[in-house]
Amino acid sequence: MSDSHRRDGTDGGGSAVASGLPSPSSLPDGRPEAIKAVKLRHPWRIAVAVVLVVLLVLFVLDAAQRKAFGWADVGKYLFDVRISQAALVTLELTVYSMVIGVVLGLVLAIMRLSPNPVLKAVSWLYLWIFRGTPVYVQLVFWGLITLIYNTIVIGIPFVHTWAVIPITWVPPLFFISVVGLSLNEAAYMAEIVRAGLLSVDPGQEEAAKALGMSWWQTMRRVVIPQSMRVIIPPTGNEVISMLKTTTLVAAVPFTLDLFGRARDISAETFTPIPLLIVASLWYLFFTSVLMVGQYFLERRFARGTDRGRPVVGIGVDVEPSVAAGGVGGVR
Amino acid sequence: MSAADRRAETRTAADAAPLPMVDAVAVSKSFGANEVLKSITLRVRRGEVMCVIGPSGSGKSTFLRCINHLESIDAGRLYVDGELVGYRQKGGKLYELKPSEAALQRRDIGMVFQHFNLFPHMTALENVTEAPIRVKGVPRHEAVARGRELLARVGLGSHSGHYPSQLSGGQQQRVAIARALAMDPKLMLFDEPTSALDPELVGDVLDVMRGLAESGMTMVVVTHEMGFAREVGDSLVFMDGGVIVESGDPRQVLADPQQERTRAFLSKVL
Repeated sequence: MSDSHRRDGTDGGGSAVASGLPSPSSLPDGRPEAIKAVKLRHPWRIAVAVVLVVLLVLFVLDAAQRKAFGWADVGKYLFDVRISQAALVTLELTVYSMVIGVVLGLVLAIMRLSPNPVLKAVSWLYLWIFRGTPVYVQLVFWGLITLIYNTIVIGIPFVHTWAVIPITWVPPLFFISVVGLSLNEAAYMAEIVRAGLLSVDPGQEEAAKALGMSWWQTMRRVVIPQSMRVIIPPTGNEVISMLKTTTLVAAVPFTLDLFGRARDISAETFTPIPLLIVASLWYLFFTSVLMVGQYFLERRFARGTDRGRPVVGIGVDVEPSVAAGGVGGVR
Repeated sequence: MSAADRRAETRTAADAAPLPMVDAVAVSKSFGANEVLKSITLRVRRGEVMCVIGPSGSGKSTFLRCINHLESIDAGRLYVDGELVGYRQKGGKLYELKPSEAALQRRDIGMVFQHFNLFPHMTALENVTEAPIRVKGVPRHEAVARGRELLARVGLGSHSGHYPSQLSGGQQQRVAIARALAMDPKLMLFDEPTSALDPELVGDVLDVMRGLAESGMTMVVVTHEMGFAREVGDSLVFMDGGVIVESGDPRQVLADPQQERTRAFLSKVL
């Protein structure tokens, strides 16, 4: 059927003439000639692009000669040792907060999806509080924690007191900053992990159950590994977001991070604008590096579950039927 | 208390015949207001291959899922190998089983799903060895040796290193059968095992199931493969609207259905 159609189309003077429509000219071997059409033009795109480039050049030229930007100071402080040390502190804040946030988020998400209503309620309450209040406010609270809780009371609550132990340990501000950032991050990571866990086909859980696997075995061996594909790309986003959120530790108040340090220096030198630019350049540098990593991460995880992993045994014992029927992994 | 004693406590000990593998007594199940199973009573003998047919929504898959307690039943009693499924009976009262106890019951019952449900992040061999290693605590080298043997048995000896996505549907379903067999089940449940397959791949899976039946495995097979039911089945159950409309010898039921509803269904599918 399709074969006869093809024959009509190619050796086709007869049928084409009969229908009155122009027929494609044929190559010597009978195949139809490739289409060579005039490309659609987009003159407005070019016009708008030219205008934008002109505006950008004007802005740069103008900025370069504006005194307020203080370009000399930008150059002076960009690689100042105080700034680069502060940049390191910002990275530390980011890494510690993210690691704790991811682990705690995973625990919260698993609690939320567990069949245990007590764990579910605890997780829900946590998310409600930490997602429902601004991170800035949370950080101020953590900074004041020693004012709120300054004694340990041993006894029966509201009835009898045996001993009162004053808390003399004052946690370092860096520690408080990490606690504040990571507890807030955990709430968001929990939602990301939860979405990932829910993305796994319910049939997987059912199959594991039918094999007699426990709920935790099912989670750890079957559901969590498959959810990583969905969880990892947005987690990369969270890292980039966290890097910038660390500026809010000023609320603790912790000031040894990149932005805090830049502000401190400018408070002495009365040159706030160049130091803002210095800080921005550092943040931009870090986020750019992270965005490159994010790109490769997403490319890696956008691939099918099969294509992402090394293929074992292929080429050794592959059968023709598999090569034909299989998907990308074989290629 | 032995399994037989337990059973005798709740049921009259009239039958001295060997314990049936599956004994369903007036099993009922509803999803909300929708009554999916209406007092299903049937028995599957040891070594019997029972095929369950019927239109979609007739409750046949739900019944299968009740047998290994993936769904709980609302009324009636369901015994597998003399053990009450999902509950413990003590002093005339039923107690819900702990998840770990329910898991213990399930691991003796193999299940094969319509959509295979293989673990996509594990190779065929890892799929087969996962449960024996994790659930039964079988040493890895033993599980691997047995896994290879089972894959060879379903005709996939050379595919142990392949991921499910590198296998055709028929091959995946055969791995799924090997995975269920790796737990040495006493009963195998098949939920439309060939319905999601290309027609040309159905034969291989049915061959494996036929071999399994010949080896004496007790099987309950929900299927639309009337040919398989006729050749391999010891008994046939036709379900519709949550009740058993007709049951008996498959050759007899398929050739000469007694109920009008059965006749109407068979005239459409045969």
